[in-house]
Amino acid sequence: MKHKILNFARQLGLMLLVIWTAVSLVTLLIEVVPGDPATVILGETATQEQIENFRTKHGLDRPAFFMSYSSDSGFVWNGMENRYAEYWQGLLQGDLGTSFQTDRPVSEMIFERYPSTIKLAIAAMLVAIGIALPLGVLAGSRKNSLVDNFASFFALMGISLPTFVVGPFLVYIFAVKLGWFSATGSYYPEDIILPAVTLGAALSAILTRMVRSSVIEELGEDYVRTARAKGVSERMVLYKHVLKNGLIPVVTILGLQLGVLLAGAIITEKIFNWQGLGLLLLDEGIGKRDYRLVQGCVLVISVTFILANSLTDLVYRKLDPRIRLT
Amino acid sequence: MGRLAYIGFAIAALFILAAIFAPFIATHDVNAQDLFMRYVPPTAEHWFGTDGLGRDVFSRVVFGARISLEVGITVVVVSSVIGTIIGAIAGFYGGFIDKFLSGYVFNVFLAFPGLLLAIALVAFLGAGQGKLVAALCVIGWVGYARVMRGQVLKVREYDYVLAARALGASNFRILFTHILPNAVQPLIVQASLGMAGAVLSEASLSFLGLGIPPPSPSWGTMIDEARQYFSNSPHVLLFPGLAIAMTVLAFNFIGDGLREYLDPKQRSR
Repeated sequence: MKHKILNFARQLGLMLLVIWTAVSLVTLLIEVVPGDPATVILGETATQEQIENFRTKHGLDRPAFFMSYSSDSGFVWNGMENRYAEYWQGLLQGDLGTSFQTDRPVSEMIFERYPSTIKLAIAAMLVAIGIALPLGVLAGSRKNSLVDNFASFFALMGISLPTFVVGPFLVYIFAVKLGWFSATGSYYPEDIILPAVTLGAALSAILTRMVRSSVIEELGEDYVRTARAKGVSERMVLYKHVLKNGLIPVVTILGLQLGVLLAGAIITEKIFNWQGLGLLLLDEGIGKRDYRLVQGCVLVISVTFILANSLTDLVYRKLDPRIRLT
Repeated sequence: MGRLAYIGFAIAALFILAAIFAPFIATHDVNAQDLFMRYVPPTAEHWFGTDGLGRDVFSRVVFGARISLEVGITVVVVSSVIGTIIGAIAGFYGGFIDKFLSGYVFNVFLAFPGLLLAIALVAFLGAGQGKLVAALCVIGWVGYARVMRGQVLKVREYDYVLAARALGASNFRILFTHILPNAVQPLIVQASLGMAGAVLSEASLSFLGLGIPPPSPSWGTMIDEARQYFSNSPHVLLFPGLAIAMTVLAFNFIGDGLREYLDPKQRSR
């Protein structure tokens, strides 16, 4: 029990450390912008007064960090009046700062769009499971058959074909030629299908491979032989015994891939003009040089990714007591 | 090695040759515009048709191989060298250094979704081939470091390493002449899969408008430009799309083939 609690505390500590580093990196990224962010945003024609006002309003007139270095005065201690500390203070109160372009709170802008992205990621995951589970089980239980070869080919294609090639072709066939869905945007509930298939294609390929090798591995185990010897039907062996154990690594991959889907959604959202967090990051953030918004979007996606990974790790340990990760 | 690996080598060789001899293979000037010849479907004059500015798609796809492979190779070389050194240090010295590197630094880099970190870096640094390569190296090195660390941990306990140590060999000598050559095989597998990943990431970032800016014939940029008129002229998107898919597929085939070849346990799967 003590060992378990210690292990949990260690995991939690590492997760918090990683989140702290992620936040710090994102906070300090604004420092690598070539030149003065205020001039970059307001343009060359802005007056000195406008630039000064902008810098004061967004705290850019304050030093970046607790310490700064210049060749004249060496290391200088700036105290708590610095942008890094201020960003953290705001963050702990759920404040991600104010948009450089719209003056709206960044957190408000993000949480308007985030549900759309999460909906897309979950739909993509369901598509991937819907394809991979039956295909992987069929391929694994009939090794080297035609179905198995097809599954292998499908998996390789899914991994190699980029989202931005798959997406437009799906639009061409199902929206332009067949007229089943809207080509871009989300007007009807079924309009989520094409973006979800596009985003889920690569994951379904990875999952198919995993389910297949899991099924092959489990079919060779002693308990399967015992079940067969007891006269259990092949169908029952497969679905009741093999799948139950074989799905453990698949669950892990699903958890780890949720974050990847959230990040990958940026491309899919661009293809389908899907009004999610990715499009907000691209169009409003990067496109309009709203660095505060970019920071917020990157931070929210990264923290979701870290939390999803940590939770998966915990569930993974719970599901299979044999697993002791070091 | 499996048949697929040989197919992978053949396709990769084709693209590498296309990249090297691009000026001789291209049939037209890569940036020459002809607004009277916009969106021409494939013909004898323009094998892959023309794009929205009347540029020859075949010539652009051929020159695009140069950009993709140049970025891919640079990223693989730089990140594998950095990753190998850091991984070797973590595995060889162990203790606090290993705990800090593999327990903390590796986890931090793995904690970010790779593409997102690259997007964030490019968004703040600005677009351009050099910055793109830098961003991809930042996300790429950790894969090599993990492989290298694992290998070093395994190999350093072997008898011949203990013997070398007993003979008084320095840490540097043990690391470079005894441990590294034995850890190269999995690094090669990682490099070929890393090459596929780098080509895909370059195309993805260019597609998002964060990679190599136009008019450079990057495959990702070409696809982004082709999207608008895709329903009328699918060929403009099809050919760069196929080029990306084939290159990524080739390096995945090579990586998978080498992994199976080097790890006999996987052959039976």
